[in-house]
Amino acid sequence: MAADPAYSAEPPILELRDISKSFGSVQALTDVDLEVRRGEIMALVGDNGAGKSTLIKIIAGIHAADSGEVLFEGQPVHISGPKDAAKLGIEVVYQDLALCDNLDVVQNMYLGREAHNPLQVLNESEMEGRTATTLKSLAVTTIRSIRQQVATLSGGQRQSVAVARAVMWNSKLVILDEPTAALGVAQTEQVLELVKRLGQQGLAVILISHNLHDIFAVADRITVLRLGRNAGYYDRTATTQQEVVQAITAGAPTKVSGIPMEEDVEAPA
Amino acid sequence: MTTQAEAARAFDVAEPEESLGTRIWENIKGGNLGSLPVFVGLTCIVVLFAFTAGNFFTAVNFNNIIVQMAGTTMLAFGVVFVLLLGEIDLSIAFLSGLVGVICAELQKPASGHFLPGIWPIVAALAVGALIGAFQGSFVAIIGVPSFVVTLAGLLAWQGFVQRTLGAAGPIIIENRWVNYTAAYFFSKTAGWLIWLLLSLAYAGSVIFGVVGKRRHGVAIRYPVLVAVKLIAVPAAAAVVVLICNHDRGVPLAGLLMILFLLFWTYIAKRTTFGRHVYAVGGNAEAARRAGISVARIRIIVFMISGFMAGVGGIILAGNLQSVDPNQGGGTLLLDAISAAVIGGVSLFGGRGEVRAAILGSAVIATISNGLFIIGYQPGTIFIITGCILLFAVTLDTLARRRQAKTGR
Repeated sequence: MAADPAYSAEPPILELRDISKSFGSVQALTDVDLEVRRGEIMALVGDNGAGKSTLIKIIAGIHAADSGEVLFEGQPVHISGPKDAAKLGIEVVYQDLALCDNLDVVQNMYLGREAHNPLQVLNESEMEGRTATTLKSLAVTTIRSIRQQVATLSGGQRQSVAVARAVMWNSKLVILDEPTAALGVAQTEQVLELVKRLGQQGLAVILISHNLHDIFAVADRITVLRLGRNAGYYDRTATTQQEVVQAITAGAPTKVSGIPMEEDVEAPA
Repeated sequence: MTTQAEAARAFDVAEPEESLGTRIWENIKGGNLGSLPVFVGLTCIVVLFAFTAGNFFTAVNFNNIIVQMAGTTMLAFGVVFVLLLGEIDLSIAFLSGLVGVICAELQKPASGHFLPGIWPIVAALAVGALIGAFQGSFVAIIGVPSFVVTLAGLLAWQGFVQRTLGAAGPIIIENRWVNYTAAYFFSKTAGWLIWLLLSLAYAGSVIFGVVGKRRHGVAIRYPVLVAVKLIAVPAAAAVVVLICNHDRGVPLAGLLMILFLLFWTYIAKRTTFGRHVYAVGGNAEAARRAGISVARIRIIVFMISGFMAGVGGIILAGNLQSVDPNQGGGTLLLDAISAAVIGGVSLFGGRGEVRAAILGSAVIATISNGLFIIGYQPGTIFIITGCILLFAVTLDTLARRRQAKTGR
């Protein structure tokens, strides 16, 4: 694990305060807090319907929060679309991957953001070069050729490509939605290694997962949602799977001690 | 980025190398057949007819086949783009007829709307492109299935042709530019000059690509392949020019096919637009999430389809030096779509090359030409073309299953 950066004076990359969101009569989120720091892997857990997806969509700019504050690097921001999120350096890797099977690795890495000249002519060499660099930097080396079609990759390799694509764009925060849900044991290991490496490279990571084994393998901190409210906030090294399961299934809707205390430290300078 | 660059040095891991032979074998095993089957098939057909059909293997017949296939090939170029999106365009044949009729009307000397020189062609092509875009916007914006939109187009454009020509009868085309598209042959010197220019341009683009890769530190995977390409392609072209010059010379129709082949291949493979066409055809949702305007891509592709149908229509009109009420009818539609599919474009979207149009069209034209020379009836020719089409689609389906298997 990287040196614990969590309590430095630096403000968190992303901080959500008192986020509420309702869809008609359904209250999806109530006063939810979440923060994630540079180099930190924050696991976001909760049962089905706990509000994880809604929270992610608010961060990605797909939904707007009804109330509450979003701070990015200590500054209040308004994210009103996926493009805004990308501009800030937030990338989301969705569960269903969003890769084009018929394109090769390089083409997928640059999908929608191809390097081109003013006449819209592609600069293949630049794309190929940078893809190779990025994959190497993440030690994604099981891919035989970056010019092979994504259709021929294994599930773990595909997930690695999707994650690497998110990382390539100078992103600061990468959100991974169930990255190991469809993978076998060896491939899960491969992806978890990659997630750890993101943290070591100084990115902030929000990891959504149902799998407590995965979470305890890579996460630094764990935020639990239950019925749209904060139901627990743990340091991975100071908790047990038992305690987290308890919070997921029966946690009291309470804001947990750690967060209000930190607000003093990280008040915007 | 700096952190990643530094990490790259720390993590530097050698890329696994593989030989060209292994790569090709892996591709074949993985169901990635490319243009290989159609090349093999075409060679077999040519060899077969060379021994069985008396006047088949002659320079005159070579040129005849080129002129006969030109119109269909132009339509098939448009079909390739439409199929890459996973859509279909059934209107192209009668749209090509309509464009031919419009062009014929505009070149009628005594009429009130006479246009001189190449302007009838330009105006008619513009109409073709606009109609394509019109049909495309129904598909892209409203979401009507392309099958239905273009089926409606098939009926409507046929109706327009018949209404225009029903009373007046066929229109004779006197505009020499229109007739040239099918009947002009370059002199021997001009033929070699064209060969030289195209070969130089080809060599230039290959070398430019290599230099670009060097500059970005990307390894040239198969230097042998580059060398083979540099020699084989101009050599093959030289053989073609040699055969053509043995007869009337290089036909303008043939040059047009090559120019459109180069142009559309460039668009499909080297521009952001082409990349996005493949992306939308492969996974429209992924393309949308990546920020690609799917509707825009769809409309432009149907516009290309309409435009290329127009180009084909003008060559077909030039071939007959007239237009009649049956313009765009017969087997044109199915020939054009079959050409793209036989050439290796997947009906399921996202897979295929522009050159499929020319290869598939050559297969169809060669078969019907050879069987006709031997003395078979059109009925037999349809049956055999049908079998080949079925074979090609079966091959594509099997290749897809194979690919899905190697994926996991």
